[in-house]
Amino acid sequence: MSQLVFGYFAGMIVATSMFVVALKNPVYSALSLLVMLFHVAGLFVTLHAEFLAAVQVIVYAGAILVLYLFVVMLLNVKQDDRYHGQWRLAGFVCAPLLIEAMILLSGGAGIRTTGTQTVLVPSSKAIAPDNTLAIGQTLFSTYLFPFEVASLVLLVAMIGAIVLAKREISEQETPGPIVRTKVTE
Amino acid sequence: MTIPISYYLLLSGIVFLTGIVGVLIRRNIIAILLSVELMLNATNINFVAFSDYFRDMGGQVFVFFALTVAAAEVAVGLAIIIALHRSRSTINIEEFNLLKW
Repeated sequence: MSQLVFGYFAGMIVATSMFVVALKNPVYSALSLLVMLFHVAGLFVTLHAEFLAAVQVIVYAGAILVLYLFVVMLLNVKQDDRYHGQWRLAGFVCAPLLIEAMILLSGGAGIRTTGTQTVLVPSSKAIAPDNTLAIGQTLFSTYLFPFEVASLVLLVAMIGAIVLAKREISEQETPGPIVRTKVTE
Repeated sequence: MTIPISYYLLLSGIVFLTGIVGVLIRRNIIAILLSVELMLNATNINFVAFSDYFRDMGGQVFVFFALTVAAAEVAVGLAIIIALHRSRSTINIEEFNLLKW
């Protein structure tokens, strides 16, 4: 049963992620990514990470994807989106990963050492009954400093986005490329 | 009946591969950013799978941080795209060769 569930989620994730790359219209790509994110959230539920599944749906599907769709519709892209001619580079990058996948498929040769002892021993501890409580306790004890740094990253990103997307740069300041193109037009 | 960890690694590898191919072959900047999201999600699957495997909450906390960084990346990236589109009125990656040697 659990293998059936995993198979469904994995198949849908792979198919929709390939649609994200293959579809020419960016709106369809974004919607395909939306379906993929929902299935990743489902996979998180099967992995006993319920809180992260909820966060995945809320933050990714609710905030990030809406931002993408907003920008796609704002820019109103009507162009022939042809592919790059970089297939050779793509193949060169992807070949090691494919070999890795082969090794993984052939019975996990990388996991097992020479003896019978395995390197990666699955923990036999019980699953935490309250996932959110466990995450909160870990986040605010062990990872308190990274948590604060993450908030700083968000603040910097917010200010940076506002500064970058601001419409007008006044003439008295150093003339940027935006101002110059307007003058030439 | 449990799923072996290598299946999750394989799934994440395939999704990451798809993201890399998307970054390399697409010309639309928005599609490239969507491919970057694919790669981030592949790492998230890995983190959560190992977190469940070792019963360690650290992996899930790191997915939390990855989500934060993804949100920041999207905000800044889309702002850059809007600024580029305003100055060049295109988002085709071939048109942007200012920093090429």
